[in-house]
Order: sequence, then C-alpha cells, then structure tokens
Amino acid sequence: MSFTGGTVAASAAALREGGVSPQELLAEARAQFERVDAEVGAVLTQTWELAERQAADAQRRLREDPGAASPLCGIPVALKDVLCLEGVACTAGSRILEGFHPPYTGTAVQRLLDAGAVVIGKTNCDEFAMGSSTENSAYRPVRNPWDRSRVPGGSSGGSAAAVAAGMVPYSLGTDTGGSIRQPAALCGVVGFKPTYGRVSRYGLIAFASSLDQIGPFAHTVEDCALVYSAIAGHDPRDSTSSPTAVEDPMETLRGGIAGMRLGVPHEYFGEGLEPGVRRAVEEALRVLEGMGATLDEVSLPSTGAALSTYYIIAPAECSSNLARYDGIRFGMRKEHDALLQMYLDTRGCGFGAEVKRRIMLGTYALSSGYYDAYYRKAQKVRTVIAEEFAAAFERVDALVCATSPTVAFPLAAREDPLSMYLCDVLTLPVNLAGLPGVSLPCGMADGLPVGLQVIAPRFQDARALRVAHAYEQATGWHRARSPLVEATA
Amino acid sequence: MSSTATHGTDTLRVGDREYQAVIGLEVHAQLLTRSKMFCGCSAAYVGAPPNSNTCPVCLGLPGTLPVINRQAVEYTVRTAVALNCEIPEFTKFDRKNYFYPDLPKGYQISQYDLPLSRRGWLQFHVDGEQRRCGITRVHLEEDTGTMYHAGDVLQSATSSLVDCNRCGVPLMEIVGEPDLRTPEEAREYLIWLRRVLMYIGVNDGNLEQGSFRCDANVSIRPRGSDQLGVKVEIKNMNSFRAVHHALGYEIERQRQVLEQGGALPQETRGWVETQQATVSQRSKEYAHDYRYFPEPDLPPLQLEAALVERIRGELPELPDARAARLRRQHGLGDYDAGLLTATREEADTYESVVATGVGAKLAANWMLGDVARLANEHRLPLQQSGLGVAGLAALLRLLEAGTISGSVAKELLAELYRDGGDPAALVEQRGLGQVSDAGALSSLIDEAIAQGSKAVADFRAGKEAALQSLVGYVMKQTRGRADAQLVNRLLRERLGG
Amino acid sequence: MPLTPEDIAHVAMLARLGLSDEERSRYGAQLDAILEHMTRLNDVDTSPVGETAQVGELVNVWREDISQPSLSVERALANAPAREADFFRVGAIQE
Ligand SMILES: [Zn+2]
Repeated sequence: MSFTGGTVAASAAALREGGVSPQELLAEARAQFERVDAEVGAVLTQTWELAERQAADAQRRLREDPGAASPLCGIPVALKDVLCLEGVACTAGSRILEGFHPPYTGTAVQRLLDAGAVVIGKTNCDEFAMGSSTENSAYRPVRNPWDRSRVPGGSSGGSAAAVAAGMVPYSLGTDTGGSIRQPAALCGVVGFKPTYGRVSRYGLIAFASSLDQIGPFAHTVEDCALVYSAIAGHDPRDSTSSPTAVEDPMETLRGGIAGMRLGVPHEYFGEGLEPGVRRAVEEALRVLEGMGATLDEVSLPSTGAALSTYYIIAPAECSSNLARYDGIRFGMRKEHDALLQMYLDTRGCGFGAEVKRRIMLGTYALSSGYYDAYYRKAQKVRTVIAEEFAAAFERVDALVCATSPTVAFPLAAREDPLSMYLCDVLTLPVNLAGLPGVSLPCGMADGLPVGLQVIAPRFQDARALRVAHAYEQATGWHRARSPLVEATA
Repeated sequence: MSSTATHGTDTLRVGDREYQAVIGLEVHAQLLTRSKMFCGCSAAYVGAPPNSNTCPVCLGLPGTLPVINRQAVEYTVRTAVALNCEIPEFTKFDRKNYFYPDLPKGYQISQYDLPLSRRGWLQFHVDGEQRRCGITRVHLEEDTGTMYHAGDVLQSATSSLVDCNRCGVPLMEIVGEPDLRTPEEAREYLIWLRRVLMYIGVNDGNLEQGSFRCDANVSIRPRGSDQLGVKVEIKNMNSFRAVHHALGYEIERQRQVLEQGGALPQETRGWVETQQATVSQRSKEYAHDYRYFPEPDLPPLQLEAALVERIRGELPELPDARAARLRRQHGLGDYDAGLLTATREEADTYESVVATGVGAKLAANWMLGDVARLANEHRLPLQQSGLGVAGLAALLRLLEAGTISGSVAKELLAELYRDGGDPAALVEQRGLGQVSDAGALSSLIDEAIAQGSKAVADFRAGKEAALQSLVGYVMKQTRGRADAQLVNRLLRERLGG
Repeated sequence: MPLTPEDIAHVAMLARLGLSDEERSRYGAQLDAILEHMTRLNDVDTSPVGETAQVGELVNVWREDISQPSLSVERALANAPAREADFFRVGAIQE
C-alpha cells in the first residue's frame, strides 16, 4: 500500500528512516489525486505549488533535526474548504464566496503549517457546512470511495473521501452536528470532533458558532490523536477557546479499557437504526465487554427533542453568521444600481437551496413574536440535554453507540430536508453539549462501512480516543481500505 | 418658526389646553481606547486614509472572531459609576441584526437585555438651578463604518462609498430617561454629560467629528398626564446649538399639528441645518426587527464587586462636586466656579496656580479674563503656551507682591504666552519693577501738574475724573511701572484734594 | 400554525434573500413541516432550567488594549467586488 493511503505514523517513521522524502510523499499524493479525484470530487482547490515549497521546507527540517520535527512534518494534508489559508481561494462550497482569497490564515491551519504540514488543497463540502451528504456543494457532489453511486456523508465529505480514497493520510474537517463523525462513518475512516473550546475556531468560516469545532480524519485513532495534539490548545483570538492545558492523548492512548464503565444510551438504539448498522454496533459492544469494560445501559430521555433543538439553534446562529455575505467587501455580487436589490439578488443567487432554507428558518426563529417559543425554548432544552449527558457521565466513563443510523445512501436519495436532517440524529446531541466524540470503523453492512461512536465528558478527549484506540487495535477494521486504495497497492 | 415653545417655561398651549414636551436623549460616545472594541486596529481613525485602519476582524471577513477590549469595559464601568448607575454582576453581549453597508458583519455586537449598567442619574444646572435626569442604561457596543453618498468626497462618485476605518471603534450608548421638558434642559444635560465623560477621560467630546453624538425622542402631552405622546425620533444634530434648535422646532411643529387637529405619526426625523427644520426620514419601513440574540462568540462578563470598587475609587472629582468645592473653598461665585470647572484641565490649572499662593479671586479673574482671551486668540491652551501653568503662577505672584503693576503684568502675559520665558528674570532684566517710592515719583508728579493745567483746573473745580489723565501721564512716563494707587494718592496730596 | 405567504415574504426580506415565487411556496411548505417537528421541544419540561447560549463556563475573556498594525489598503480592498478609489462601492440607498 502507498504511504498516502496509509497512516500518518507510518509516513512519519519512513520519513525519519529515510525510506521516503516529503517530495516523494507529495508526488504520491498528487498521483493518487490525479488517478481518482475525477471520480470522487473531493478537492475543490489544488495547491501543488504551495505544497512543493512546504515539502522542500519540511525536507530541510527533517534533515536538520529529525527529533525535533513534528510527526506531521512533511506529510500531505487536505483542508476542508471552510478553513482559511492566506492567499488560497476559500469558497465554503458556496458560489457566494467565489473569488475570495483570505488575507489571513486560521489558527488550526497555522499550527499545522508550523508543524511542517504539506497542504495539497481545499476539500469539497456542503455549502457552509450545511448538509449530511456533501450534495449541497455549489460546485459538485462528492462520491463515496467505497461506492461511487453513494454519498460520502457530510458536510466534510471531501475531507473524509480524500482520506478514504488514499489521496492524503489525514485531513481536517469541521463538525457542527456530526459533519466529521458521520462522513467518517460512511467513508470507513476515523473522525474526531474534539470538545467545544479545545480547537480554536479562528479562521473557520462559521456555520453555527456555539456548535462548530475543527477536527481530523485519518485511518487510525492514533493518527487523529497526533493531529489533535498539534491543533488543540488555547488561542487568544477565539474567546470561546479553553485556557486549560490540553492533556496529551498519546500518554493514555494505549491504556486499554479494562475496568472502564461504558454507557449504552438506550435512546440511540431506536427504530431508525438500519439492521446492518445495529448488528455491527452490537457486535462492537460485545468486543468492548470482552476487553474488560463494563457495559451499562443509560438513558438520555430528551434525545427525541435534540434534533428540534439543533435545528433551531444552528439555523438561528447561521442566519446571523451569514449576514456578512452581502456582496460589498468580498465574494460574489449581482450588480444593481439600487442597494436593496443588490442585496436580494446577490444573496438570492449566491446561496444554495439548503443554506437559504436554514437562513429562513433561523431568521424566523429569532424574529419578534417567535423568539420565546423557538430560540429561547431551544436554549433551555439544550441545557436539559447537556445535564442529561452530565448525569450519565456520573455513572459511566464514556458512551458508545452508532455514529450514523444508516450506511452510505445513494446520491439524490434524500430530497426531503427533514429526512436528511435525521442523518445527524445520533451525532448532534454531542455538539449541543459540547462533548468530544470519535467515530471509527466497526464493520461492514452490505459492503459499506459502519461507524462506532465513542462519546466522553467535556475535556476528556483523551479518554474518548483511548476507548476508540483500544477497540480499533482489538479488531483491525482500520486496516480495511476502499477499492480506490486497494487498487494502488 | 415662532417661539411659542419654551422660553423659561415648559408650558405649551394647544387651543385652551396646557401641554408639555417630553424629551429623552440617547447619546453615543466613542471611548478613548488605543485599539478598537474587538480587534487590534487603532481606535484613532480620524484623518486616516480610507480603509487603511482595518483588519480581517473589523472587516467582518469570514472566519474571524471578536475579542473584548478590557479597557473599553473598564471605561464603561467608569462612566456607569460616574452616572450613579447600578452595575449588575452579570452582563453579556448580543447581536443586533440588520443590513447596512457600513455594518460589515450584518450585525452589530451590542447589549440587549443585560446591559453593563442601568438606573443612574446625572445632575446638571439650568440658569443656576439644579436639575437631575435619570439614566436608563449605559451599555457597550461597536461603532459602524462611514458611508459617503454621491458627491460627498469624490466628484466622480455615482453611488455610495464605504470606509471601514471606524468599524468596531468602542462605543457607549447612554440612554437618558424622558425627564427633560425644554430644549434648554436638553442642551444643558448634554453639556454636563459631555463634561463628565471628558472629566473621567473616556471620551473627547467632539460633536463635529462625531465622537459624541446625540439623538432625541420628543413627544408632547397634556400637562399632568402621565402617559407619553407619540414619540418622534430626531437625528442628525451635530452641535449643542443644533440640538437646541431642532428640539425647539420639533416641539412647536408637534404643537401646531395637534392644534390643527392633526395626528402625529411615530417616525424618525432628521434635523436639516440649512432649512432649520426637522424633515421626516420616510423610508420604506420593513418593520425593523433586529432579532437580538446572545453573541455566541463571546463569553459573558462577570464584573466582580472588587473591580467595580477599584474603578469607583479611581474616579476623579466630578465637575459638579468640584465647582461646589471651589465655591466653598475659595469663595467663588456660581458663574466663575462653573467656568473654571468646565474642563478638568482648566480646573487643574486653576487649583495649581492657587496652590502656589496666588489669591483665589485674582487667579480666577486672570484665568477667565486675559488668559482665556489669549488662549482663544492663539488657539492654544495655557498648558501648551510658552508661559505654561507655572509661568502664570509666577507672574501673578509678582503682581500680587507689588513687584510689577497690573499693566506690566498684562503686557508680559501676552508676550510670554507667545514667546515663553521666565517672568521674574524678564522683570529684572528690563527693569520693569513697579515704582512705588514716593521720592522717585515726585518729579514726575510735578511734571504732570505742569503739563496738565486744564485737568488741574477741572479737578479743582470738582471734576473727580479729571485726575485720571494726570495719573495716566505718570503711568505713561514710567511705561506702566508706577504704582497707580500711590500716584493717585500723591497727586491728591499735591493738589490739596 | 402554518406560515402565510406574507410571513415568508417578511422573513425573506429580513434576511435579504431574493426568492422566486416557486422558492417561496416550496420554503413555505418545508418550513411548515420542519416547524411541525419542532413541537417536540415542548415534550421537554424546561421550567426549572436556565438557557444555554454557549457551553463552557468561561467568563471575562478579554484582551489588553494594545493596538496592532492594520492591513494595507490594498489588502483590505483586494477582495472587493466593486471598488472606487480606496472605498468599497455600493449602489444608491433608495430605501
Ligand atoms: Zn480591525
């Protein structure tokens, strides 16, 4: 198997042992991109020239002091196109940002650059990260590397697919209601959404500020832990970023789960779960038990209201966050002599259907006369949901459940917005409570990957990764590759 | 428009009923911080080339986030304590959503239901009478950018132009209770509010450049009614004069509408200086709905009592209290005390001059007379003049000690104000010391009598005033150095007066 | 309570979204369905709890008042769709 279809850890070791150079890794990434991306559609903007310079730089750093270099030094990465990198086009998957070149680099991306990362491009996503299939990209849909007739999940579908298709060993995505974990599950890779406040949101084009969080995709939990270590930590530019010290997940990663109490949330195993998914997840629970963990059924009674809560709060915040796309300082504009008409035309044409739908919903929920019934009520239910998680975590160390109720579904299968919203029913409560969550492969159903979700208390990111790593090492699902990768082996 | 409206009284007549105006003022004051409210750009944007004072944050670029400027919070707390407000322990920022080209994010970060402070009051004076106006709230927000409309700045402009230099400058909103009844009260309230803000060093009080801006809500109602009439909001008043005139105009306009049996719509009107009238800013109203909600990018503020108390402790003596103390301590009148405390610098200067031993009354007369005139003439405050505060004190001490005469002091003041120098050295060097020795003046007295025979005759005939021309002769010959009182006495003795 | 066409027009105007007639009727129907789902919020008893606007217990997050360099005018205006001299240009405000 190629390096770019493998793990970060393997590439890092080979770079130090002289088995491969950053330039060779980059060349591999480019070759794989050119071979498969016409079919997958994972990348919106390619940055090969920048990558060449970064690879040369990484080469120098690895030669001068290989010990001091970060494990990410010289390794190719792709960034979801909602993350700003100075001078590189950033579209957020939207027409309205066509031509926008941010004059600054966001914090998480800067930390990767500082570590010596080699950025090959910006990945396709649902417009402004709103969606669960990446079909809402204004440019083109992304296809699942396991089955190109199916979606990769979303909204970070391009970042998940780029890893699953072997273009890069890791990538960055963002998760507002499941947008890292759900595509990770559908693409058969590991995806990690850290605790809200752990990774700076500075430079992340906001969808819903109180829910958004940046995180990695990779083939292994260990790789995700390495990337998390590089990007996590306090940032004075993001007032919601936590000033508390970040625990090093590598220290406890291999600690195992013997004696741990794992909670199985009753409400997450309801009717919506596909039989194949249920089978795989229940088998995973038996494996965890076999490794010495105690399984406890727990109840999160307000889970049924989480979707409604999310679809008030996220659209409300998005309606405000997206007001800046007005055709004046950046991005697309439909010219008109009269200002009002310019606003209406620019925003009417520049935004896609789902974004407009959510702006309408959020504007309505905040508008005079409806605020109390919708927004204020949703904020209160949010409190209840967070308290129910906290109560569960008094009894158990972590929660385990499915990531997505279904495996990857065919493109254009979900035209009705509500049915699409249900894709995130198992992931969005985690965002409402600001918890860390990992999705990792736990088997196959009908030839398609199934994801297991591990949820931990706030700031127990290392614990979530530790449970996930233990399961992964015990089962080996992480070694499975999509046909697009196998073909290069 | 005629002035049936207020002059001294707050009574209006509508037909045979007595009415009264109700005025509430809303002031927006920029804070004198170094940097903007939520980013590191300079808050001193005046005079900067267009769009040269911006960054990704204040341009509202995608992905950027605000970070609160601590000093702006402290300045607002300082203002709140100076205005006797309650400061709740918990406060937060909210987003006020609306579209306008000078508002980059499409929302203004402001405060809605939990402002930084509320329920205070400001004491002020109208015609020597003390008044008090309630303060509803003082909250913190960010300023918008600046719009220029066709023709404003560039001949070629065919549309509107946006300059973001002012975007995000810290802005305090001070909402007053509708406690004011006349344009005079409104003007004095503003003068005193501005004075307080400048005293505590949070605002530079520049109405022209817009660092201190005022909108008014005006309605009229039958006297004795406790219900408010239909509120009309008045904007675009860029001077105290404009506030006074606009309110006078608007009150009379409303009175006439009611008198003619008309109804007043709730509306916003702009003061148009060239027409000396308020004009309806009729806009296709899409019923403003600001959709306020808590700003998710900013954690709330918890202002501990210790912080508030520290800021309260650092508060300087406020103008009203200071004027009262000057009256008490130095026996000054209301008027003089008011003028000498109009700015903190003026009051500091006065007190430091007096502290050197100069008489309080003398110092007041000179500062409000010649010094004020020179400051105006040179467009330069005393502190920055060649003379300086210490120089003024030295000069006045020479005068008080009798070393120089009043007219020499006056001449020297003008010269030193412009050129600088040490008053005592100059007196010594030029021999300007006062001649107060009767012997030395004796021959000049003789000369005066010899050359002024008509004046001598007039004086002897009982015309007291005639003596002045004889005194003037001696003063002229001594270039003002003679002790005028002594000359007067010597002349009378000689003429047997 | 279904949304009226006037509600939809009002919300679209507040959000400055120019919508076609087809979009208006489609969004009207979809928002009705979504809002119907939202009634589940009322299944949760929230009488004893406060509102969560953001998770996390942070308060008083602020910076010192230090001024930093701004962008150059060229960089500030580089992304502008319409520029005149060193300003962002917009159409006439006829509201
Ligand atoms: Zn700035």
